[in-house]
Amino acid sequence: MEIDYSIELPLVEGRPTLADIDRVIARPMETKPSKKYFIALGITVTMLLAGAVCLGLTLFYGIGMWGNNQPVGWGLGIVNFVFWVGIGHAGTLISAVLFLLRQKWRTGIARFAEAMTIFAVMCAGIFPLIHTGRPWLAGYLFPYPNQHGLWVNFTSPLLWDVFAVSTYLTVSFVFWYIGLIPDFATMRDRTTAKIRKTVYSIFSLGWRHSHRNWQHYEKAYMILAGFATPLVLSVHTIVSFDFAVSIMPGWHATIFPPYFVAGAIFSGFAMVVTVLVFVRKVFDLEHIITIDHLEKMNKVILATGMLVGYAYAMEFFIAWYSGQEVERFVFINRAFGPYAWAYWIMVSCNVLFPQLFWSKKVRRSVPVMMVIVILVNVGMWFERFVITVTSLHRDFLPSSWGYYKPTLVDFGILLGSFGLFFTLVLLFTRALPVVSISEIKAVVDGAQPSHHGE
Amino acid sequence: MNEPKLHSLAALFNTPDEIIHAAEKVSGTGYEKFDVHTPYPLHGMDKAMKLKPSKLGYITLAFGLSGAACALLLMYWTMSVDYPLIISGKPFFALPAFIPITFELTVLLATLSTIIAMLTFFFKFPDNANPLHDTAYMKAVSSDKYGICIYADDKMFNLTETKELLSSLHAFSVSEIYFPAEEKYPVLQPKFLIFLVIIALVTSSATYLTLNKALYVVPFDWMMKQAKLIPQSQSDTFADKYGMRKPVEGTVARNFVPYEYKDQLQQPEKPLENPLLPTKEALELGKKKFLTFCSPCHGNYAEGDSRLNGQFPNPPTLHSNKVRNWKDGNIYHVITNGQNIMPSYASQVTREERWAIIHYIRVLQKAKNASEAEVLLSKKESSSNGTK
Repeated sequence: MEIDYSIELPLVEGRPTLADIDRVIARPMETKPSKKYFIALGITVTMLLAGAVCLGLTLFYGIGMWGNNQPVGWGLGIVNFVFWVGIGHAGTLISAVLFLLRQKWRTGIARFAEAMTIFAVMCAGIFPLIHTGRPWLAGYLFPYPNQHGLWVNFTSPLLWDVFAVSTYLTVSFVFWYIGLIPDFATMRDRTTAKIRKTVYSIFSLGWRHSHRNWQHYEKAYMILAGFATPLVLSVHTIVSFDFAVSIMPGWHATIFPPYFVAGAIFSGFAMVVTVLVFVRKVFDLEHIITIDHLEKMNKVILATGMLVGYAYAMEFFIAWYSGQEVERFVFINRAFGPYAWAYWIMVSCNVLFPQLFWSKKVRRSVPVMMVIVILVNVGMWFERFVITVTSLHRDFLPSSWGYYKPTLVDFGILLGSFGLFFTLVLLFTRALPVVSISEIKAVVDGAQPSHHGE
Repeated sequence: MNEPKLHSLAALFNTPDEIIHAAEKVSGTGYEKFDVHTPYPLHGMDKAMKLKPSKLGYITLAFGLSGAACALLLMYWTMSVDYPLIISGKPFFALPAFIPITFELTVLLATLSTIIAMLTFFFKFPDNANPLHDTAYMKAVSSDKYGICIYADDKMFNLTETKELLSSLHAFSVSEIYFPAEEKYPVLQPKFLIFLVIIALVTSSATYLTLNKALYVVPFDWMMKQAKLIPQSQSDTFADKYGMRKPVEGTVARNFVPYEYKDQLQQPEKPLENPLLPTKEALELGKKKFLTFCSPCHGNYAEGDSRLNGQFPNPPTLHSNKVRNWKDGNIYHVITNGQNIMPSYASQVTREERWAIIHYIRVLQKAKNASEAEVLLSKKESSSNGTK
């Protein structure tokens, strides 16, 4: 277990040949899925359908099916939205920020994390849409010259959200697709089946691995990473504005943007680890997605977890320091009021358990990290619940205090969003290369010219 | 059959060092139309191939800036010019609140334009018809080999010399790549044409249905279509199919005392008393209403001399002895119920206005039939009041 961190660890273990890499990564796409795969798919599709039924009930009877009511007008719909957008932050962070920081270990996990980003943002997008009550009128969210002569309110954080999330989804998708083009070309040249070949040819656009193309391609990748980095920070900042720009005690805080971004990275990395642990095992990718990669991700989780813990503490400090009576009450109520159970779940899952990652043994033990990252996922969901619900349920007017209880339909839609996410993840593992073939080839030992040649 | 035309010579190498060396040699010899194909980008290849730095960044800059400008202009025009609204006390041009969307649109336009420009303008994609596709060479560089390819249209290209050059670089295989023997026009294949027709049909019908039908479908409209009475509309609730109902017989509005002698032709035995005092305001109101409703028939001075004289049965003068001797209540009865050809004015003139009109008629009657003494008295009073 002695590891010398002062030398760069090999990014791909065992020096596989380039053809080996092709074979390993392409295998899930070229073989018939096992029975276990269909069982897993069956479970996730069932969850998805359960969610679809609850969504259908909501559309049919209206959002009176949910627990939202005065004074808690923002219930699980918003909690789930913020949760999923947060999950969606890891992918672009790994593919863009770590790319700019020259963290080569990102290559093994970037593709998968990007795919998870797209799926998570798709899940997230559902919630504000259905929270409007009449999602078929969502077209009015975009500024177009309509017959009413009205425009959207460009100064509203809720509209900023529309722009931020849709831009984020588009740019993430483009980023992902650009990374996939060379892999589509490789798959096109590997396959012999006619239909597959046609499909891969269409999506590879005729890519020929030409260095005259690689040159622009690398430039474009750099530019995209440069834009995606501030973009990923802006998205959760703007989501936090939904809360911080209002004047609710417990929401109106300047720490919200960095606090939300740290939380998003925290939860996103936890989700990526959760899924990757299975993927690397099931698809024999343990030499490409190595334990070193997981350890590095756990370190990021530890760091962001402490950032989040700092934010929790600072919120309390500012509430006390401001001398503002209602603000003070909200925070005391948060920790010791009717929702104290949620608050303490959040603190223990997000701040206490990740501290175990200080130990190298824990960081490199797959079962232990599995438990911790799942706890982090739970904790981060509760963070959004605590922020949204505890601030609303007891605000300025004691006569209209209340206790918010989500209904079965609320939980059904949450379950459905998990079903959608994991269904898409499962389909992705079979349809597309889960690891970037061309990027992995470039970081294998001996893949780059030795510069002291002739 | 024409002789197949040579497209290029393609050589394959096993290691990155060899391909870098080969690229240096080929570009050093003076070839310009050649390309290196590697399964992943190789460091140092730009220099070996003598490539100029990519100009992609200028596209990003131009479109990024125009994205920012468009976003700001859009928000300025909509929020400050086209439909200015004060929102949360912000100025019409609230720059800080416009920053998030400006940023997002900048990123969106910059990234999309970079990618679209790269794929279409720089790479000339999609390009699945290139002769290199489906060759053993392409399959090798797609996986684990490194290839260099010199195109036949290079001005230095000579089949034997170029082949020798590539062999001398220790290529393990050199192959000739030809254009497809026959120029095919896949565009004119019936399958493709049918495909196009289907696409056209599907898109046009989908567009028609979306724009003309789907947009007007309200998914759930039972809030609008409730079982309720809609004024002026037919209703199935009642046998007579009328949505609006008449009040029950004998219904009286609140604070409304019905006129006792309504619809009674004869003059009442006990006429009502005039509840109004003949104040200046009452007389002015009476004059106004008299001129509006009474004068068209009875004339401006109640002499029965209006311009309708001779067209109808002549309206009577109100200066007759009969009317002068009537009580106020008798005149009120006529205005309310009508008389002979005169219709009821109950719906046009309120009760108070009727009594005010009666006061004004009394004034007219007095003016017409005043005695000498009364005229003198009135003159005396008005001069002592200082009026003329």
